[in-house]
Amino acid sequence: MKEVINLPVKNIEEEEYHINMGPQHPSTHGVLRLVVSLQGEIVKNLKPHCGYIHRGIEKMCEKDTYPQIIHLTDRMDYLSAHINNHAVCLLVEKALEVDVPERVKYIRTIVDELNRIASHQLWWCSFGMDMGGLTCYFYGLRDREHILDIFEESFGSRLLHSYYTPGGLMMDIHPNFQKSVKDFIKYFRRKIKDYDDILTGNIIMQERTKGIGILSKEDAISYGVTGPSGRASGFACDVRKHHPYGVYDKADFQEILGTEGDTFTRYMMRMHEMRESMKIIEQLIDNIPAGDYSAKMKAVIKLPAGEYYQRVEASRGELGVYCISDGNKTPYRMKFRSPNFSNLSALDHMSRGVKIADLVAIGGSLDYVIPDIDR
Amino acid sequence: MDNTALKERILALVPDAEFQENKQFLTFIIPPAKMHDLAVTLKTDAALAFDYLFCLSGVDMVKFLEVVYHLESTAHGHQLVLKTRTADRDNAALDTVCDLWRTAEFHEREVYDLMGIRFTNHPDLRRLFLEEGWIGHPLRKDYKDEVNIVEL
Repeated sequence: MKEVINLPVKNIEEEEYHINMGPQHPSTHGVLRLVVSLQGEIVKNLKPHCGYIHRGIEKMCEKDTYPQIIHLTDRMDYLSAHINNHAVCLLVEKALEVDVPERVKYIRTIVDELNRIASHQLWWCSFGMDMGGLTCYFYGLRDREHILDIFEESFGSRLLHSYYTPGGLMMDIHPNFQKSVKDFIKYFRRKIKDYDDILTGNIIMQERTKGIGILSKEDAISYGVTGPSGRASGFACDVRKHHPYGVYDKADFQEILGTEGDTFTRYMMRMHEMRESMKIIEQLIDNIPAGDYSAKMKAVIKLPAGEYYQRVEASRGELGVYCISDGNKTPYRMKFRSPNFSNLSALDHMSRGVKIADLVAIGGSLDYVIPDIDR
Repeated sequence: MDNTALKERILALVPDAEFQENKQFLTFIIPPAKMHDLAVTLKTDAALAFDYLFCLSGVDMVKFLEVVYHLESTAHGHQLVLKTRTADRDNAALDTVCDLWRTAEFHEREVYDLMGIRFTNHPDLRRLFLEEGWIGHPLRKDYKDEVNIVEL
């Protein structure tokens, strides 16, 4: 007869245990490690561990001139590279009180919005993939390719452009630019309907996102959660509306606010935002005034001693650049308030009490880019 | 509240606050001992209602270490910059504000990690980017790293 051995069995439904998500995990979209405390499959709390891609950009800035710094900002949130460049350019122009030609402002605004659409397309496809819908990935990347082609044609690069310079642009737009952009808008207006058909209306996706990961308006403000994630909670934080730059004050667009603050609302905010971005581009693309593509700037840029702060609306929220200058050609101190950094701090609060599979969905709806957190 | 009224209000709350000229924001230097009490009033007073801390930075000015708070009221739209300083470089410590603005929890950890300013009453003050046991605080001006930082 067989002997029965009684081994001590741990009841994992009652006992709390920890698992490491990341640093190499597909749903963290980069090198982020989340130490998750679980009871069964319910998340008790989580601790993000950052720094796997910390390059010390703020320290590097102290040794670099302002035109050089622009190349570093590309490498923070690489999916909104143009918008990051814009922040530093606006800061330098504000400090030097340079009048930028109207043409530059129009082009910058259009390119920013194209960049925002490309970023949201990539978010949409990876969000779909996080939820188990691999088809989304091919649809999203297929359409994003069109924008990257426009970028490549005009600026010579597809991801990290450094196209903006203090005072203007590196070069003028390609003669085909306006036509390519209009073709793309026509194409994408048709294709974005597919996005809704594939994912938005999908009942499995809705069941998994509605009422999950709720962030109240007060908490969104307190945690500094901005961008589409903040607006999903009803926090009116669109820098383009409240502190306009470029020619956003001339464009007619809506700041759409959600009320629920759950994963599904954050999803819908970005879907709306892509349509609003197309609206902005359509209003501006035919009205680009003729003129220079750059203001006259000195060869060596030195900011007058003092403090400057510039806010812009990146694809994931508010990007702030805080610069202290001592009058030299390099800044004394440069601080980047990156949107993902603050958004990540709310992740622990949002995901308490949800199932671990929903944590992936919440993370996807926050759309974090890790190099922007670590800098 | 416009900037003139705001300035009077701050000076009434903290008479020894030092006003600093700045083109963009209304800026004050607050003595460290009074910083937390002022922050509580700024957050809770209905006429002030600074509920959004949109940036928190640490700065090494060599003679002293400084923390800069950029505040905004989402209800009224007014903005304010507060600074607080400590001259003690070896045991720099200031009061935390993360009981008022939760975003400060991460920002203060970053400042502690890179600038070496401790925040008293912070619930979880650990290094954020660098590993435990790292020697020094890289964003300080006197930080030396012969291996990773190449002086040209």
